[in-house]
Amino acid sequence: MRVTQGTFSFLPDLTDPQIAAQVEYCLRQEWAVSVEFTDDIHPRNTYWEMWGLPMFDLRDAAGVMQEIRACRAANPHLYVRVSAFDSTRGWETVRLSFLVQRPAVEPGFRLERVEAAGRTIRYAVRAYSLDQPAGRRYRTSAETIAAPSEGR
Amino acid sequence: MSVSGSATAIGSATKVVDLKALQAEADLDAPIAELDRDLVGLAPVKQRIREIAAFLLVARARQEVGLTSDPPTLHMAFTGNPGTGKTTVALRMANILHRLGYIRKGHLVSVTRDDLVGQFIGHTAPKTKEVLKRAMGGVLFIDEAYYLHRPENERDYGQEAIEILLQVMENQREDLVVILAGYRERIEHFFVSNPGFRSRIAHHIDFPDYDAGELLSIAEVLAAQSEYRLSPAARDAMIDYIARRREQPNFANARSIRNALDRARLRQAMRLCAGNGVASREALQTIEAEDIRASRVFTT
Repeated sequence: MRVTQGTFSFLPDLTDPQIAAQVEYCLRQEWAVSVEFTDDIHPRNTYWEMWGLPMFDLRDAAGVMQEIRACRAANPHLYVRVSAFDSTRGWETVRLSFLVQRPAVEPGFRLERVEAAGRTIRYAVRAYSLDQPAGRRYRTSAETIAAPSEGR
Repeated sequence: MSVSGSATAIGSATKVVDLKALQAEADLDAPIAELDRDLVGLAPVKQRIREIAAFLLVARARQEVGLTSDPPTLHMAFTGNPGTGKTTVALRMANILHRLGYIRKGHLVSVTRDDLVGQFIGHTAPKTKEVLKRAMGGVLFIDEAYYLHRPENERDYGQEAIEILLQVMENQREDLVVILAGYRERIEHFFVSNPGFRSRIAHHIDFPDYDAGELLSIAEVLAAQSEYRLSPAARDAMIDYIARRREQPNFANARSIRNALDRARLRQAMRLCAGNGVASREALQTIEAEDIRASRVFTT
């Protein structure tokens, strides 16, 4: 299942020149751009691992592209995203965030029913990739495809 | 160009590129004329900048007719005595390269050893990369670059910064231009111990010392910039001052002249305050001979 998180996620994956152009826009708005990665793609997982500190004082997208490439090289099988933080008073939040890398195979999510007090049914969403211990998630397509069928 | 393959080759054999139009489009005359007007002397430097500008223009024209043009290496080394205008020219260089479309943003990041070299193991690489990232799209100006290399301490972290710098200078030529600056002998010495730098720097530009006439016009330009002027007597005093000051140690060309002017302004202020308490617009503007002649240079 193709994960749709962040801006542009319903479009085809952005190419590097397109990413650079978006970053260029962020820098023009004087937002601080940062690179993050994760192996836990749950929609409510806000805090991804930071790839270095947010990059302040940049004037050109080349520096960000360099970090994106480095992050991809170090985590070729994980999700990588770019976030742009606006420090303007009153905003003080992430203004733009989009994926710049996704794993080759995205197994998707399963719906879990949990019986709570009084036979109430509660639902939880859980990524199939979480069945693997951290460090082995999204490693090879054989592993990640095998996992969901065991779960059922 | 939308035509492809052999058609391009045939088409471009006869194609003529209007260099003048290209030049006008880049709006190059303005910054170069500014350079001529604002900077006194420095003839070899200006000549070199004109050459570089022409070269980049031709590189662009070659691209237009479909000839191969590798991005030219534009890393430079500015050598010269203190106060000969290295930093000033670097600033303008960023502007010129930007107008020529060689660098994308045209800002100048000026750093020294402290900004590049860390204080403990593992501190240098992130620090240097951080600076390089900030400079991308513009010009990285490394003042007194030879301090990066400390031959007396072989475990000095400066070497690490040099290696990262060299790597980026080689691989990301289109992303930034590195300008090294410093005194001639020490830069020479630095290149001898780091041959990698010499081969990656295409332009070695030497800044000559100013002669007495040029120093005088610098004094006048500086005074005019802050809306002061030298009275005729003060001008003579300044000529004397320059002649004497040049003989003294630690003479720093234009910088010494600027400092002398600053001190003359202080003395002028004292003189006006000590006077009868009224000062015309004329008096507020004029530096008199006595303001300059009171300098320590004349007493020794």
